[in-house]
Amino acid sequence: MPGINAGFALLSQQFMFMAGVAYAVAFGAYAWDLVAYSKLMRRGLALESAAAADSVAAARLVGVGSAGSIGQDLGAGPEDRGVRPSSKVHAGSDGITAGDSMKYGPEKRRAARVAVALTVLAAVVHGLAVVFRGIGAGRAPWGNMYEFCTTGGFTVTLIFLLVLTRRDLRFLGTFIIGLVLIMITYASLEAWTPAGHLVPALQSYWLIIHVSIAVMSSALFTMTFAMSVLQLFQSRREASLASGKRDKALVMRLVPNALSLENMSYRINGIAFVGWTLTLMFGSIWAEKAWGRFWGWDTKEVWTFVIWVVYAGYLHARATRGWTGTRAAWLSIAGYLCVVFNFTIVNVFFSGLHSYAGVGS
Amino acid sequence: MRNDSVQDVQSKKPAKDDIALPRLGFLGMLRWAWRQLTSMRTALFLLLLLAVAAVPGSLFPQRPSNPSNVTQYLADHPTSGPILDWFKLFDVYSSPWFAAIYLLLFTSLVGCVLPRAKIHWKAMRSAPPRTPKRLSRLAEYGTVEIPAGSGVDAAQAVKDAAAVLKARRYRVDVRDLDTDRPSVGAEIGFLKEVGNLVFHISILGVLASVAYSGLAGYSGQRIVVEGETFVNTLVGYDTFTPGAYFNSDRLSPYSVQLDKLAVTYDRESPGHYGQPIDFTASLTTKSGPDAPAKKQVLKVNDPVALGGTNIYLVGNGYAPVVTVKDSKGNIAFQGPVVTIPTDGAYTSLMVIKVPDAKPNQLGFVGFFLPTALLDKTTGVTYGSDPDPINPQLNLNAYTGDLGLDNGIPRNVYTLDTSKLKQINGRDMKAGGIVLAPGQSYSLPEHNGTISFDGIKRYAALDIRHDPGQNFVLIFAVLALAGLMASLFMNRRRVWIRTGNHPDGRTMVEFGLLARGEDHRLAGESAAIDKALHAKWLVPVDTPVQDGKQTPTIQPDAGQRVTVSSKDQ
Repeated sequence: MPGINAGFALLSQQFMFMAGVAYAVAFGAYAWDLVAYSKLMRRGLALESAAAADSVAAARLVGVGSAGSIGQDLGAGPEDRGVRPSSKVHAGSDGITAGDSMKYGPEKRRAARVAVALTVLAAVVHGLAVVFRGIGAGRAPWGNMYEFCTTGGFTVTLIFLLVLTRRDLRFLGTFIIGLVLIMITYASLEAWTPAGHLVPALQSYWLIIHVSIAVMSSALFTMTFAMSVLQLFQSRREASLASGKRDKALVMRLVPNALSLENMSYRINGIAFVGWTLTLMFGSIWAEKAWGRFWGWDTKEVWTFVIWVVYAGYLHARATRGWTGTRAAWLSIAGYLCVVFNFTIVNVFFSGLHSYAGVGS
Repeated sequence: MRNDSVQDVQSKKPAKDDIALPRLGFLGMLRWAWRQLTSMRTALFLLLLLAVAAVPGSLFPQRPSNPSNVTQYLADHPTSGPILDWFKLFDVYSSPWFAAIYLLLFTSLVGCVLPRAKIHWKAMRSAPPRTPKRLSRLAEYGTVEIPAGSGVDAAQAVKDAAAVLKARRYRVDVRDLDTDRPSVGAEIGFLKEVGNLVFHISILGVLASVAYSGLAGYSGQRIVVEGETFVNTLVGYDTFTPGAYFNSDRLSPYSVQLDKLAVTYDRESPGHYGQPIDFTASLTTKSGPDAPAKKQVLKVNDPVALGGTNIYLVGNGYAPVVTVKDSKGNIAFQGPVVTIPTDGAYTSLMVIKVPDAKPNQLGFVGFFLPTALLDKTTGVTYGSDPDPINPQLNLNAYTGDLGLDNGIPRNVYTLDTSKLKQINGRDMKAGGIVLAPGQSYSLPEHNGTISFDGIKRYAALDIRHDPGQNFVLIFAVLALAGLMASLFMNRRRVWIRTGNHPDGRTMVEFGLLARGEDHRLAGESAAIDKALHAKWLVPVDTPVQDGKQTPTIQPDAGQRVTVSSKDQ
């Protein structure tokens, strides 16, 4: 096996630090974008009401509640059967929620652009840190908790950026980058371990396949978790708007309506579920080679199974009367909490065959 | 599982049964119960219940994987332990309540899948549904005008449209050719539902294969010291777990000799200094008593397949070679003693029982340290490295009746010293036994001698025969393929209707409908629109009549279409 190169390992640490700084600034920029947008909206609303008294805003809200395709969405409500997406409901921004196609709109959000640029910069630096760690250790850089966190964080950013090329999900920026920041901070402060060789049980090409797919699926689950949380907020807000109340959370105008959030997270969860199925299958094949049995209800196996079943439940819920919308969102959130539990509590505190995270010992 | 339309029918039926219930009596109740069980809502509930039920197995130690931890837990919790045990919380995955959940779930699944398979089988063999009266009401709608004088009339246009759809792999059915409004109905994506059914049936297959493995397979463990040979017979195993259908004739009589177990330690990374990074067991195997010997290498992650079983390297340790002579100078014990490593430095627990020593039986308890290091301040020796750099035995000796002669099985790795007399130890006047290889020690009170002759390593082998394993893999792969088909394929219907305009133009309209969620329907609509225009050489920039239906998308319609097409 290739030797340990302490120089590259040190370089990796330095790059990880720089990436952390870049993420922190990017996080600030995303937050600034939300605040700026919120302010802009408030000023716009104030101007409107000054010009035509309160009636304009009221009329607008009533109008939204009664007419147009968006009105139908709001009227139908998230508890109802999902409205099938088609080009007819792919409306642009109506001012109350963002365009539900999640395509980039014409408006310029300077702070958001800065934030994305900083995210790209941070991702490049972070990627170099991950690569140098791999060179330093002479293997795939995901063999202990420190490396799971740092490589996992990088994957989350990478997938976020990849999705950003197709859809405008910049409203998720604070959450995603905040999470990545937490991951690499925890990794560097609490779970740091010097670059080293792997224990024999981990020396297998299945490590590369099994763990990378698990990390990618988890990154996708991370995005759908954020979208499901926003979906819950948005559906409450839509209900309150439909009943004629004032729009209090103006920043939510950056976020698409609850239904399109639900549809988008369903699509992503479908891909992530296939990824998780592969994680489970590849893990079983590897377990057979390493431990002599493909399934033995090891703590990690139990939680992988639980996650799989919860997301299977989510996919079924979308086809069950009365379980779409809010309830499905809750299942998606529950599934993600299981993913987080599996990654943190199970890795650190539960003993089992997967206990080589390099934490504590 | 059940789709919406079936669900609708289902939800209406019980109402009818309410009236019929008194007449149907018990049968009616059964039917009602079956319908409840096979409803989507129940299936979803059982699925989530399964997830919840699996959790306790990760919170409490489980007997199959960790029996000693269960014993320890029961000893530590004398009140709550037995209660938890009664609820089978130490055997969650073989408990009746866990089985009840998954058996109900699978029954529900069968009750879902079979009717759906029947419905789908019929749908696959019947023609696409009749053309709706108003295509413009469908989710996607578009029109094409073939200019006058192109020589394509309504009937020809329908045939052309059918050809276009067929080229896009639709199943087509041309109808009403003899009327003035002929049309074609087309359907695609039957594999989506097939995938769905294959997925669910394959999950059943996985369960059945696992059950078959449990019944027909067997597994056993054996510790082999360097130089020893394991023969695959029942007596060759230290522990053996047969399935219900096992019989000992099935054991193929191969033999495995452990020639050498080589261990490599990490000497270069600062945080992991001394951590083992490679175990390589060199074996000499014979597939039968008279078969030629073969050299094979066994490693972690790299099992050896022999005689229908797989042999795995799951553990290792030291077996110091010891000779014990009794007071008469006869050799009472000689050979390697398997020790149990207790930490990363392989500080190994060692127990030697010498029942053949006369007149007093002898017992030894202590540690083997691969690299002994003396802590100057406390005067205690401790193990500092797993590699045998400065090997040392630290033992206390006991005499008395070891309790081995009355036929009660005893754990070879523990010595019950309560009825024995300790004759030396670190705290006693005689001091403890401290031996380096080649050294010998005379026991106090003329109880004999013990010598440390050398060090061998041992390998802990798992031997498994799992006949269901390959079936599990096959069904899992099928399930994956089915899952991907059901998630990523789309079932769509397309209808195209044509008509002759009095001014000579041929008017074509088409509509698309998705069954279930289909975010790429708009893209498919655009693609069909393009293909139809190409077929009749009509320029695509002819004003398309769907503007009325989608007023809001006009500005970015073109861009949206290209993006949607990329989705394909």
